[in-house]
Amino acid sequence: MEIASAIRVRDLRKTYVVSEREPGLRAALASLVRRPKSEVRAVDGISFDLAPGEIVGFLGPNGAGKTTTLKMLSGLLHPTSGELSVVSYVPWKRDKAFLRQITLVMGQRNQLVWDIPAADSFELNRAIYRIPPADYRRTLDELVALLELEPLLAKPVRNLSLGERMKCEIAASLLHRPGVVFLDEPTIGLDVTMQRRIRTFIADYNGRNGATVLLTSHYMADVEALCKRVIVIHQGKLLFDGELAGLVKKFTAHKTIVVQLKDCAADLRAYGEVVSCEDGRLTLRVPKTETARVTQRLLADLPVIDLTVADPPIEEVIERVFARETA
Amino acid sequence: MRGLPDLYLQQLKTGVASIVQYRGTLVIWLIGNILEPLIYLVVWSTVSRSSGGSIGGYEARDFAAYYIVLMLVNQVSFSWVMYEFEYRIREGLFSAVLLHPVHPIHADIAENLSSKVVSLPFVVAAGAGLTLIFHPAFTFTLGMAAAFIPALVLAFLVRFLVDWTVALAAFWTTRVTAINQIHFMAVLFFSGQIAPLAVLPRPLQVVAMVLPFRWTIGFPVELVLGRLTPSQVLTGFAAQAAWLAAAAVLLKFAWRFSVKKYSAVGA
Repeated sequence: MEIASAIRVRDLRKTYVVSEREPGLRAALASLVRRPKSEVRAVDGISFDLAPGEIVGFLGPNGAGKTTTLKMLSGLLHPTSGELSVVSYVPWKRDKAFLRQITLVMGQRNQLVWDIPAADSFELNRAIYRIPPADYRRTLDELVALLELEPLLAKPVRNLSLGERMKCEIAASLLHRPGVVFLDEPTIGLDVTMQRRIRTFIADYNGRNGATVLLTSHYMADVEALCKRVIVIHQGKLLFDGELAGLVKKFTAHKTIVVQLKDCAADLRAYGEVVSCEDGRLTLRVPKTETARVTQRLLADLPVIDLTVADPPIEEVIERVFARETA
Repeated sequence: MRGLPDLYLQQLKTGVASIVQYRGTLVIWLIGNILEPLIYLVVWSTVSRSSGGSIGGYEARDFAAYYIVLMLVNQVSFSWVMYEFEYRIREGLFSAVLLHPVHPIHADIAENLSSKVVSLPFVVAAGAGLTLIFHPAFTFTLGMAAAFIPALVLAFLVRFLVDWTVALAAFWTTRVTAINQIHFMAVLFFSGQIAPLAVLPRPLQVVAMVLPFRWTIGFPVELVLGRLTPSQVLTGFAAQAAWLAAAAVLLKFAWRFSVKKYSAVGA
């Protein structure tokens, strides 16, 4: 028997109709009478499944359709066509039982009331989601400990820093212990330490609650740390769905060889494409199939102190995927 | 405590906590709400004095009584959801609201009530002050006072539901300010705010009978001042009940359509 998916998406589409207008006063006046409309396919026939408890990275450049997809999954947007089910509910019907099982963390000003301490907003969310007091207490204590919120609870939200506010946003969004979590750029604008803390927290929440997590991020470190599997979309279409390692394999025909030499005096262009050389630390890009041969030659020909072979950084891979698609 | 009462209690607490952060704004609202009826009071008292002591059955002291009570009634029943909606749509704050497993009108009612809790003592004090200055002609009977409370509650509910439904226009157009303006003018003329309805020309009085606005301000005021016959009182309650039902139905459908529209074009 097939295990029921937590999220099931089939041929999902969302088309926006937008008014077009040339710049300038003449065009502005003309638009009073006639407004040419055009269709924008924000999401253009994507399909995927998420198993319960899975954490999946949802990647794509700006305007790829990530947020539109998340909004359809959380019931904020009505799909133009296609099938969609999240924990067996049709999201856009916005059934109360469905809304109690999901959360969407998006941006900085969603859950928290600006002028009052975060603790009061949490209390309000308890009432909104009708969380039994004992459960609430337990979850709150856990979130406060994991996200280190104690010193922030009594401060008005508007006095919190960006990172502090994000932590409180996340806590407020998870008080009802949703089984499905949509995270849209949860670490954007945060410093490295805070990013790492939130990342650890997401992994922890997933581990403790078995929650299904779909996460978009511009920081590959987030994706590498959290997601075995990634879904890549571009211009509304699905480009890749599979293991992160597979993405690297599929889209890179090259490997990076880093060699530690005494200095950068030697001309090594014969071995491969020289990416950089600093203080004798040389980075070469070579075709995947050539890796073994080039490594052997380098070791044989040169006084090598150290040598490592690696896949190119994931940012570079993703960049290349999108560049190839756009070209 | 479970469910809606708990939600209302928390929203009230949050609302009061937020409002007291903005004492300046509160004071400005209060001055507006006290000054407006005060101006009408002074104008109409002067007019009635200069036109032989009475106009439409109101003498100067009757106008004083009318507007002092109106100030209290208006304070109880008025809302600002139209402006709030416009802001929410513009700032994209509705998405968060739509993700909550509860109808957003509850939060709005509770927020409205919390501001009333904070401001009502000031308005009552202002009413007392004006009473000392203008010597209004109050004649309360116990029966009228008892009928006043449900009339006031119904006035608040009808006005809130009508305002909330009108505010949904923000989902459909970015030019809600114009709609708010028209709505504001209609309330001003047909509610008994700019003048007691008895003073207005007959055709306007007829229109006011049909529209909801009179029942949200003028009716409770006239009721407590003993200006209505028992049959007029009953008509008033019937009109309030009818408008409450109509507004609730209208709101339900308008809300459904608005959310549909919102989720079609993008949140």
